[in-house]
Amino acid sequence: MGQKVQVGASAGKALPQRVKIVEVGPRDGLQNEKTLVPTEVKIHLIDMLSEAGLPVIEATSFVSPEWVPQMADQVEVMKGINRRPGVSYPVLTPNLKGFQAAVKAGAAEVAIFGAASELFSKKNINCSVDESLQRFEEVTKAAKEAGVRVRGYVSCVLGCPYEGQVSPDKVAQVAKRLYSMGCYEISLGDTIGVGTPGGMAELLEAVSREVPVDALAVHCHDTYGQALANILIALQMGISVVDSSVAGLGGCPYAQGASGNVATEDVVYMLHGLGIQTGVDLPKLMDAGAFICRSLNRKTSSKVAQATCKL
Amino acid sequence: MGNVPTSVKHCLSYEQLIQDYPWLGSRLQEEKCTLTREYPEYVKMIEVGPRDGLQNEKEMVPTRVKIQLINMLSETGLPVIEATSFVSLKWVPQMADHTEVLQAIHRSSHARYPVLTPNMHGFQDAVAAGATEVAVFGSASETFSQKNIYCSIDASMLRFEEVICTAKQQQIPVRGYVSCALGCPYEGPIEPTKVAEVVKRLYELGCYEVSLGDTIGVGTPGSMAKMLHYVMEEVPSSALAVHCHDTYGQALANILTALQMGICAVDSSVAGLGGCPYAQGSSGNVSTEDVLYMLHGMGIKTGVDLSKVIEAGDFICKALNRKTNSKVAQARSKSS
Repeated sequence: MGQKVQVGASAGKALPQRVKIVEVGPRDGLQNEKTLVPTEVKIHLIDMLSEAGLPVIEATSFVSPEWVPQMADQVEVMKGINRRPGVSYPVLTPNLKGFQAAVKAGAAEVAIFGAASELFSKKNINCSVDESLQRFEEVTKAAKEAGVRVRGYVSCVLGCPYEGQVSPDKVAQVAKRLYSMGCYEISLGDTIGVGTPGGMAELLEAVSREVPVDALAVHCHDTYGQALANILIALQMGISVVDSSVAGLGGCPYAQGASGNVATEDVVYMLHGLGIQTGVDLPKLMDAGAFICRSLNRKTSSKVAQATCKL
Repeated sequence: MGNVPTSVKHCLSYEQLIQDYPWLGSRLQEEKCTLTREYPEYVKMIEVGPRDGLQNEKEMVPTRVKIQLINMLSETGLPVIEATSFVSLKWVPQMADHTEVLQAIHRSSHARYPVLTPNMHGFQDAVAAGATEVAVFGSASETFSQKNIYCSIDASMLRFEEVICTAKQQQIPVRGYVSCALGCPYEGPIEPTKVAEVVKRLYELGCYEVSLGDTIGVGTPGSMAKMLHYVMEEVPSSALAVHCHDTYGQALANILTALQMGICAVDSSVAGLGGCPYAQGSSGNVSTEDVLYMLHGMGIKTGVDLSKVIEAGDFICKALNRKTNSKVAQARSKSS
């Protein structure tokens, strides 16, 4: 992944040879569905995504069912999925309690969710950024002892629905703390999708001064249609891990008007067009997208999926 | 309090922003210096909604609606607005009211209003109706040329040569388009050298600018960069524009790539109206709103007021009874 080649490079910027796609549809995507998605549908979706060659599939969330009823079947999902060798199935664990439940249910990788905005942290998880980081330290400590990998997320990296502009240095600080406490990778989330390539470049410059670029990922929302452009800039700056959601499922329920994780199909289309390897089988991925859209009785948000249907 | 909500900041034009938040001036200058060192300072926006967009509507759009749309777009600061098309009514009934439209619109002194003219007949009608700029439409794909305008690329060039020569004599600028620059619905991938050849011909015939169209939206930053590399060996970047379709969601990434390579003219369509009726499955001109959002966010000037474009988009979508294709417009309407 450290190898860089001139693959369809623009203006002399080298792109990674390979990009790891982190599929967040089953968790970030389905979490935002109003109607409860049947457990067998979730399991089947994850199995289809495994078959499509995705290397990381965020399976579920061990948050309190009181806050996120959609994820109440977390244990059943973990136990029901057919885990493909070589594929990771991280689960969200907001605190030690969730972590313990996750490990008991068989999780081998977990994720913790910080924010770069104080207000967002208060409104989203009812505590300050510092308090949340302390909570996470308990998780990372326990995870280290249990030999479980931890991935860190930072939300609102390019803007906050409450605070507006967010300083790249603040993001860098939060990312650094998550990395120092043991997260192997930090995913930078443009939670309300307001970021543009300039802001993304500035952000990555600041964060990569504190965290090695190989340990960074981008999690772009397409709310303002900017996701693929932002991802392209990130690749040009050395990022080689991209979060996305099959069929563009989901968004953040706390960000007013926000919707639209970037669609995995559209990201894969761009990456393959650039000659970048992902290990993903696009037709099989589209099958998974078609399946979940049928189950949810809704249209896909993926343009690639829409275009291909017409032909 | 000092904080300008990001969503607001990105939605306002640079000028309006400085007017409302004077303290932002120096901050934005700094940002611009950091962010635009590899990008053009200014990008010319070519609005094709009234022609390329409406041309693809199945229902006849009333003439007054077209006129109002163009007038609203003129108020936004858009420097170029493609008004209509002087093609045969038989082929494109939607543009049958071309003369009426061209004569009734209120022409802003800051904007130009090119019209499509596929041949001498169309050109003469356009000039008689008051056109002061015209456009000709070539293709990088032989099959597409045959299926779209019923002649080979070579034969089409002869037709255009006639138009361009006559236009030159009358001091009417001509813009060229090349379709299928990144792929053809019939032939598949198109050799960048072929694209470069066709672009060069149009440029040498006298087109002041050639717009490179990803007609079916299949291009990605890789193929865009490759194609531009070959084209720019034949024609200067200052005479080129990109016309990206968002059929596969790639348009903004492709436009970004083009900007990085020195292109500073971008075609787009308000509310993402329209596409190509000849390319199976194709839809989705890139939305002007979404392009502006990106450019303004990067500190690139366009002279266009994004909120006014959104209003024009709202108007035409109501008139057509359909939802906008612009994500920026959708996000703005959900948060208001």
